[in-house]
Amino acid sequence: MAKKTQGSQRPKLAVWKFSSCDGCQLSLLDCEDELLDVAGAVEIAYFPEATRAVVKGPYDVSLVEGSVSTPEDAQRIQHVRRQSRVLVTIGACATAGGIQALRNFANVEDFTRAVYAMPEHIEALSTSTPISYHVFVDFELRGCPINKTQLVEVIGAFLLGRRPNVPTYSVCVECKRRGSPCVMVAQGIPCLGPVTQAGCGALCPAYNRGCYGCFGPMETPNTAACSAQLQALGMDDPQLTRVYRTFNAWSEAFRRESEIHDA
Amino acid sequence: MTPRKKQPAARKKSRIIKVDYLARVEGEGALYLRLKDRTVQDVKLKIFEPPRFFEAFLKGRHFTEAPDITARICGICPIAYQMSAINAMERICGVEVEKPIRDLRRLIYCGEWIESHVLHMAMLHAPDFLGYEDALKMAEDHPQIVKDALRMKKIGNELMSLVGGREIHPINMRVGGFYRAPARHELEAMRGELEWALETCAAFTKWASTLEFPDFERDYEFVAMRHPDEYAICEGRLVSNRGVDIDVDDFGQHFREEHVAHSHALQAAAVGRGAYFVGPLARYNLNHGQLTAAAQQTAREAGLGETCANPFKSLLVRGVETVYAISEALRIVDGYVEPERPSVEVEPQAGSASGCTEAPRGICHHTYTIDGDGIIQRAVIVPPTSQNQRTIEEDLWEFLPQYADLSDEDLTWRCEQAVRNYDPCISCATHFLKLHVERE
Repeated sequence: MAKKTQGSQRPKLAVWKFSSCDGCQLSLLDCEDELLDVAGAVEIAYFPEATRAVVKGPYDVSLVEGSVSTPEDAQRIQHVRRQSRVLVTIGACATAGGIQALRNFANVEDFTRAVYAMPEHIEALSTSTPISYHVFVDFELRGCPINKTQLVEVIGAFLLGRRPNVPTYSVCVECKRRGSPCVMVAQGIPCLGPVTQAGCGALCPAYNRGCYGCFGPMETPNTAACSAQLQALGMDDPQLTRVYRTFNAWSEAFRRESEIHDA
Repeated sequence: MTPRKKQPAARKKSRIIKVDYLARVEGEGALYLRLKDRTVQDVKLKIFEPPRFFEAFLKGRHFTEAPDITARICGICPIAYQMSAINAMERICGVEVEKPIRDLRRLIYCGEWIESHVLHMAMLHAPDFLGYEDALKMAEDHPQIVKDALRMKKIGNELMSLVGGREIHPINMRVGGFYRAPARHELEAMRGELEWALETCAAFTKWASTLEFPDFERDYEFVAMRHPDEYAICEGRLVSNRGVDIDVDDFGQHFREEHVAHSHALQAAAVGRGAYFVGPLARYNLNHGQLTAAAQQTAREAGLGETCANPFKSLLVRGVETVYAISEALRIVDGYVEPERPSVEVEPQAGSASGCTEAPRGICHHTYTIDGDGIIQRAVIVPPTSQNQRTIEEDLWEFLPQYADLSDEDLTWRCEQAVRNYDPCISCATHFLKLHVERE
């Protein structure tokens, strides 16, 4: 365990949860080799998944997991922002609305009536939206789930006062670095790698599987060209709509491309 | 893991409704207690979850997408959701996989049991018994315990990554098998760490048995899966100590989500009997004889008999199950033969079926209907925590009177500890309590 610096001098870290599966904040606990060091370098001031102790804000760095999908959460995120010097969103729910943003394409009142015994008790907004729709966000860390090495990089960067080194190029770059043959070219497997941001280490192609877009759109993606290639490999419009509508469905580039193919 | 239900119009008067909706797995809940002197007058456990509409948006998706979508219900036990969905789809389509694929599925599930159980035992539950607010504070006084636990948890995660590609939302699971089967030498590389973990976990469990456990037992209905040849994880029938012995497809005839008058929370109950108990304690009580010798020895050394009805001792049973999962992982690694192909072709067939597996916290039950093109028409998912919810409330009814003299703060902690017996999901379990105590 790292030797602790003086308690009062350690920066305060808070971890907040909105609508999500908990997997991204679990990534912090999954840093088994780094966890005790991180806990030595920062004061874990608010992290309900790990501790019942609560240290009052303001906080130096807040990590926010999850999307905003209820009226209460839309207010709570304002409260979180006010208490946070730096606010970093982690994971596809927080950065793009998550898989629960599939409601954004449906009529939520019908949806709610269809699935609830007592819809009057259900307080759900008609949309699930990223945190950045509601408050200023200092940095967005993508992924469903996030990459824990990138998480440690982001926490470290903000503690040192520099920008995180997180690339925005495509999964294709990671495939080349890894030495994986292109699954789309060599095996004819449909792959979202050309339009998806790196971060997973090009995991799926290394398992003979096409990328399915966990990290959301890369910087300036050419989704039209990707769709043309997927069509050439035999995907029809309903399939194309679904392939863009998963965990990052409400991100601008994937949403627009899915709507083009949605009959 | 709060399921929401659909109440078909025709049934509105009966107050018995079916699960049609799964809200999020983790998050905030609340507990409301009313005490008069030493008498408990009311206990209400609610889990508030922003609805995520999984069962709704699964409709219209292709059946092969269900494992990747349902994984996102829970970041702590994605394999449980993936495997239950895969089982259901393979049953609908009449597919059986070969032994190496079956072994690999059991192996990755062992990884999930190890990481989830160790996380809960060492980082969430043990601190309660020792009066620490979290494992990091516990680490200041018990550094080796926490370091060993982190290393054991990492081994569970490594198994998941090795077979599944990554530990959270693995990418390698599919209907029909895997995208890529690991090479034998990749699995063999885990041997050393697994052997270390086997010894360490047995010692950890023995250490945990020295903690002070409240003297508290109840006569529960335990429900778990049972398989003729092994301690059930991925497949089997559903059994209980009250005579249930059914195919997983018949779950809905024996267990229902019922509307509770005091709130809009919905809780599972055995039809005609009431609350039941799923998870490690249920599995241990029903299938103790199928544990490996190493796991049974760990249980004996921890002072456990062949049955255990003290929910606080679920901490020890998790230790026993972790030893089991580690020894089972070693057995699979030793006997692993790479499959000729990583998956079998699965052609969609119109039909309905259920899939059920033993998530670390108890049975995770899925039912799907798909059409001839493989498009999902209906999805019903019953997670473990909703099934334990009523049992948790009943525990509190019985447990509270002896602690009625405690301050609100101490009483809150005691209640949290009692709820954490069920590992309801880490977020719920650690911060779910906005306790309101009314004393008359």
